[in-house]
Amino acid sequence: MALTTIGTAARQGATAFTRQRRDFAGGLFKAVILLSLIVSLAVLAVLIVDTVADGWAQLSTRAWDFLNGSLRSRSIDDKLGVKQGLYGSLWIGIIVAASAFPVGVGAAVYLEEYAPKSRWSSIIELVIRNLAGVPSVVYGLLGLFLFVERSTIFGFLGLGWLADATGGRSVLSAGLTLAVLVLPIVIITAQEAVRAVPTGLKEGAYGLGATKSEMVRTQILPYAAPGILTGTLLAMSRAIGEAAPLILVGAISGGLTRNPDVWDTSGLREKFTALPIIIVEWVSERGRDPGFATAAAAAIVVLLVLVLLMNMTAILLRNRFEKKRG
Amino acid sequence: MNEAGSAELSIEALSGSPRRVRRERIISRAMFCTAFVSVVVSALIIYALFAEAWIFMRDVDWSATWGQIGWFPRRGIYDMPTLLVASLWTTAIAMVVAAPLGMGAAIYLSEYARPSHRAFFKPILEILAGIPSVVLGFFALLWLAPNVVAHIGGEGGRGSMLAAGIGVGILTIPLVASISEDAMAAVPKSLREASAGLGARRAVTTLRVVLPAAVSGLVASLIVAVSRALGETMVVFMAGGAADAAIKTYSPYDGSLTMPAAMASLASGTDQVVGEGLTFQSLFFVGLVLFMLTLGLNLIGDRFVARVREQY
Repeated sequence: MALTTIGTAARQGATAFTRQRRDFAGGLFKAVILLSLIVSLAVLAVLIVDTVADGWAQLSTRAWDFLNGSLRSRSIDDKLGVKQGLYGSLWIGIIVAASAFPVGVGAAVYLEEYAPKSRWSSIIELVIRNLAGVPSVVYGLLGLFLFVERSTIFGFLGLGWLADATGGRSVLSAGLTLAVLVLPIVIITAQEAVRAVPTGLKEGAYGLGATKSEMVRTQILPYAAPGILTGTLLAMSRAIGEAAPLILVGAISGGLTRNPDVWDTSGLREKFTALPIIIVEWVSERGRDPGFATAAAAAIVVLLVLVLLMNMTAILLRNRFEKKRG
Repeated sequence: MNEAGSAELSIEALSGSPRRVRRERIISRAMFCTAFVSVVVSALIIYALFAEAWIFMRDVDWSATWGQIGWFPRRGIYDMPTLLVASLWTTAIAMVVAAPLGMGAAIYLSEYARPSHRAFFKPILEILAGIPSVVLGFFALLWLAPNVVAHIGGEGGRGSMLAAGIGVGILTIPLVASISEDAMAAVPKSLREASAGLGARRAVTTLRVVLPAAVSGLVASLIVAVSRALGETMVVFMAGGAADAAIKTYSPYDGSLTMPAAMASLASGTDQVVGEGLTFQSLFFVGLVLFMLTLGLNLIGDRFVARVREQY
């Protein structure tokens, strides 16, 4: 009698554990959050598909001419294209890499390896973190102030030569402005890469008699190189896609050399345009000539290919090395 | 004392060759200089903003900055409420879009997704984060306006604060998602296991244990996203539905200019930033207001992120 009671209780207990009660609320919750992820990704898909579809008329028939053409006043012009923008964006990328990369890596190594853990270095870190959050237009104002406008206050500080050296509204000014804009990104990602270097490697180098700079050169930089490269690539793609600071620094959309030679550095101190600026310009011209909407979409495809290639390379690079080092 | 050739060790001998020491010192100074660049840049930003904004504040007729019909900088009318209202609307709309989508995506990736799904979805979100804002501006104007805004009471044929706000929201989704996900990843596994051990289902664990534990990181993600949305320029400039001037409006269906969009529109156009009297300086005044707002938000956001780190 007592045994059977225990048996029934046990059986009931077992069913209580195994019975699959439907968890509607939980299922609904999961569905909702999954939906929010899917919506985010669907937006990305729609954006890309819609843009490619819009620009197809240009890209399918005359992709090469479009890459080689220049800014024109009518959208059906068969010399219409983005070469001047490519020239500007390419040089902006080069200038950003050449200036933000050494400064950013140097700063990262300093903060991680050299800086005494003092109030002073924590102030520098705070400054860098806040610089990363400054809106890009504000950097545009800085560029305008430093490189373009010869403000009287600045001449007083003895820095008026900056505007002369950069040629005012030029690719050089734009590149330097964007280098300053992406500098915090380079520093922060490089810092993470430097921090990840195992202490054993550093101590090994010291044990063999290396000085600090030798240790940095032979151990830290090679080990952190993939991470640093990832950060630099992300920074460059950010710089190439950025438009607001360029508008402030004074990118224009006309009055340029028709067909710039890509490696011609004499144009660096002259008026310029860039891919994002061309897109903005063509979007605004579509009221006058609807064909410019197609041209803008095609220019976006060109920009997206550039930016996404850089981003994807960076992401793949990072994932590969993360996996390798576990 | 320490003659050449002596086998005895001295402090000088241990300190290495003077050339090497000197080189080390030079390198370390150079490194410091690169780190100091950021401080110089910050100082220059603040100096540039204050120097020009000061001229504006000193010379402007303050009645021109308040209670006017709108933002007409080239005619000497600098109505700040016009820009502030537009900034508020677009930021609010952006948050309505980005907060649920970004946090939902983060919760899914952090609490539900299998590693293989995570490895698939995460890079796509990162790609979304890398899309330039001009592209979103184009998309907001030529796709969102006719296909979304037109169905929720707006006009499809032109830009509006609503279209721009949704565009800015899409742009900030990855930001919200990544900071929220970091915050949830910082919650110790033991908390989840304890909750599961007490018989809580996954949804209950997520809602009652993980989210409360990560709350300061989630708040930080929203604050940083608001700051980002306030400073977003190109989407509003292209899809905001106002060219170089804006009439004051309280309706999100109308076009208007946010602070950064007003700056961009002032700087673009044929005559660049030249204009009536204080036009150039007004650029820096608006920039200063924007800078102060975003800096304040970022500092608050930083506090919240630091709190997460302290706890676990």
